[in-house]
Amino acid sequence: MSRQSLSIALSGSGGSGVMTTGSMLLEAAGKAGWYGIMTRSAGPQIRGGEAAALIRVSDQPLESHDDSFDLVLAIDPASLGRFMGEIPLREDSVIICDMAGGRRDASLPETLAREIDLPMKKMAKAVKGGRPNMIALGVLARVIGLPEGSIGGILEKVLRAKGADALEASQACVKEGYAAGAELPAFSGPPITDVPDGERWSITGNEAAGLGAVRGGVRFVAAYPITPATEVLEWLAGSLPKLGGVLVQAEDELASINQIIGASFGGKPSLTATSGPGLALMTESIGLAVCSEVPVVVLDVMRCGPSTGIATKNEQSDLNIALNGLHGDAPHLVLAPTSLSDCIFTTQWAVHLAEAMQTAAIVLSDQSLGQTRAIVDKPADIAFIAKRNVPEVVGETYRRYAIGDSPVSPMTIPGQPGGQYTADGLEHTEAGAPSSLYDDHLAQLDKRSNKITNFNFGEHWADIDGTGDTMVITWGSACGPVREALSRLRAQGTEVRMLAIRLLAPERPEDMRAALEGVKRVLLVEQSHSKQFYRYLRAAYDLPAEVKLFHRPGPLAFKPGEIIEQLSDWCGSEKL
Amino acid sequence: MNDTSACSRLGPKEYKSGVKPVWCPGCGDFTVLGSLTKALSGLNIAPENAAVISGIGCSSRMPTYLSTYGFHGVHGRALALATGLKVARPDLTVIATGGDGDGFSIGGNHFLHTCRRNPDMTYIVMDNQVYGMTKGQASPTTEPNWEKGKLTPSGTGINPFQPLVIALASGANFIARCSSSDQNGTAKVIMEAIRHPGFSLVQVLSPCVTFRPEQREWKKLVQPAPVEATSDPAQAARRLLTDEGLYTGVLFKGHRPPYQPTLESTIDQVTELDEEFQL
Ligand SMILES: Cc1ncc(C[n+]2csc(CCOP(=O)(O)OP(=O)(O)O)c2C)c(N)n1
Ligand code: SF4
Repeated sequence: MSRQSLSIALSGSGGSGVMTTGSMLLEAAGKAGWYGIMTRSAGPQIRGGEAAALIRVSDQPLESHDDSFDLVLAIDPASLGRFMGEIPLREDSVIICDMAGGRRDASLPETLAREIDLPMKKMAKAVKGGRPNMIALGVLARVIGLPEGSIGGILEKVLRAKGADALEASQACVKEGYAAGAELPAFSGPPITDVPDGERWSITGNEAAGLGAVRGGVRFVAAYPITPATEVLEWLAGSLPKLGGVLVQAEDELASINQIIGASFGGKPSLTATSGPGLALMTESIGLAVCSEVPVVVLDVMRCGPSTGIATKNEQSDLNIALNGLHGDAPHLVLAPTSLSDCIFTTQWAVHLAEAMQTAAIVLSDQSLGQTRAIVDKPADIAFIAKRNVPEVVGETYRRYAIGDSPVSPMTIPGQPGGQYTADGLEHTEAGAPSSLYDDHLAQLDKRSNKITNFNFGEHWADIDGTGDTMVITWGSACGPVREALSRLRAQGTEVRMLAIRLLAPERPEDMRAALEGVKRVLLVEQSHSKQFYRYLRAAYDLPAEVKLFHRPGPLAFKPGEIIEQLSDWCGSEKL
Repeated sequence: MNDTSACSRLGPKEYKSGVKPVWCPGCGDFTVLGSLTKALSGLNIAPENAAVISGIGCSSRMPTYLSTYGFHGVHGRALALATGLKVARPDLTVIATGGDGDGFSIGGNHFLHTCRRNPDMTYIVMDNQVYGMTKGQASPTTEPNWEKGKLTPSGTGINPFQPLVIALASGANFIARCSSSDQNGTAKVIMEAIRHPGFSLVQVLSPCVTFRPEQREWKKLVQPAPVEATSDPAQAARRLLTDEGLYTGVLFKGHRPPYQPTLESTIDQVTELDEEFQL
């Protein structure tokens, strides 16, 4: 089934309210039964500066922006310039812009698109307390075919706090805009449908990761603010206390990771969220969690690195440090969500796995997944929750690091009589006493590694889809555009398989072998300059003879059309 | 604090794990171990309800030698780990132990912020003004003209860190200095520190007989502070800045409420959180 979708960019200078406007438009689209995504683009300014809301709506679930935009609305011409790289336009695209005076503004970038002047500022002035962004909201709603009523409830919800006057002014502006929109070229949006309450959600990937964490059983979080992970923390800070949990704002990431190790030692499933710079600081202590066998989850919402890099933009370049950044032989888990709504499942599963195996799990989300807001189908409620092997009765001679039938040894919790032990980052005996002997070292290394490699991860290690002898292997936020590209190809009769790896460590050689059965060619897609994913796959797995790599650094997102182009040699360009 | 019933009171020895310490004969840390077990016994805290948390260093080996729960973590992070444990498990008696390098150098930031946060726990620092475990380098509390450190053969030339003054300025709620030469006196102060709400710092002058043999003289130089503990930070600051670092006893007792978020839920089901996302 081919998808019907519309891509809209809304830009404005600082304080013009484009983000609020974009969110309201997205929610109205959701109310009309559409799916949608919205990403934000902004300059480096903390407040103010130009901003753009990039919105796409469709009759089918969305995970990626389109190759080009249909409609751009610039509240002022100058705001558009800095975003043009992110907003490819076609000849039949339309720019609606306030040229204030009717003459083409020199600051408006030259494009192929058709330009339409709309005096939004003047229209807003005519309304007491009116604002151009609310005019824009009305215009956009009309042009893309949303019913006028779909905006009303949202206006009330969002602006109630600002008082009756502000609400009235906005309502009047939206009305003006909606009327003005009737005179502009109309786009055919998806059909309006009725969706039962609660069946669609509006959620960001960062909120989804927070929700997954608490669904999995996390009740203690310590963290230090960092873009683009902060919203995970903001959501958790509000939600954990409701569940009898707590978020502590720590003094730095060294404290965050150690606080969660302490809380987890005390029996509470614990998590921290950070981005690359924070993960780098935490690595020594993640090794401590591995060695002392204390379960913790570290969520890294990746951004462009190295160093401070580009703090607000996406990249998949923390794969190396997540896989290999711990000193010594420190087997641990590395997972990555395969879509925005999968941030719920993958984070929840990570909590479950860390607790089940008493080890550290690193979850690699990224800025694109984390900060995109989407209208999605109500996510499934999956029953993976934290379940630690805690002995009910403690025997005479409890040995914390005992090597028994299972490499996961029972873990007592402080307060349990007879279960006392010292958790240790020093190599230790089965009883937990420090040891520098080869035999103890080997035995404990084996224990820590076996419990992970022998675990039955089931089918969740990857999302595998499609048929044919060509496969795309990818991960994280790159999955979205790949999935759309392959569904476009499928609509044209070309079948390409897709493998989205959720469990990056430990490696799953048998599962990979089975997944690659019958595959002759593989395209790898990743957003990293140094080919981190490619190198990882090469080292970990046997790939088919023909391997092609499509990689580039952030922040430029992959477009579905680019993926199709990469596959064109293999899949016959006449079909594309 | 969890007290077992008086009839089952354990003696100090029963708070030892039986693992043989790696410390050099004569190291002050042996006595501190004794003081700590006496304090735990004196307060009748069941071993399963206490957790002793440390970083890395000779002094940080402490948890291994105790029969309580323990965590021997990484260098410098004991206070952070202990804070997480205490916040998550306010029912436990949490004690952090370590050295001056662990606490004031690599762990300095956590020291400041734990004082400031003021969780209800006790921090025992065995201060020997040297890095014992790594074989005798200068520490933050080493005097500037100490020339035996191999990395600073002409002395550090920089002023020593004043832990108690810093603790006071950062908000610690209980500040004491002890000498390992007085095992019973130290035990008493530790008991008082554990009982006092909020963050309690106990600096124990604990000689490193191997790299600072001259510290054996400490036992002759220390003397009980001539005045009672004050609860006035300004007065405490004046005293701490002028006491040459050799007065022992409880020096400051504050009244700040400890940091402890409530851990009571207001909803029954995680699924109740779904509502905010539903359209
Ligand atoms: C990250 C890190 N850096 C350095 C070390 C090496 N190291 C171990 S103990 C120590 C200093 C210990 O001094 P102190 O805390 O004063 O304890 P003491 O041994 O004197 O009791 C150092 C530098 C380490 N273990 N970890
Ligand atoms: S080196 Fe110093 S601090 Fe370490 S055990 Fe020996 S005497 Fe004690």
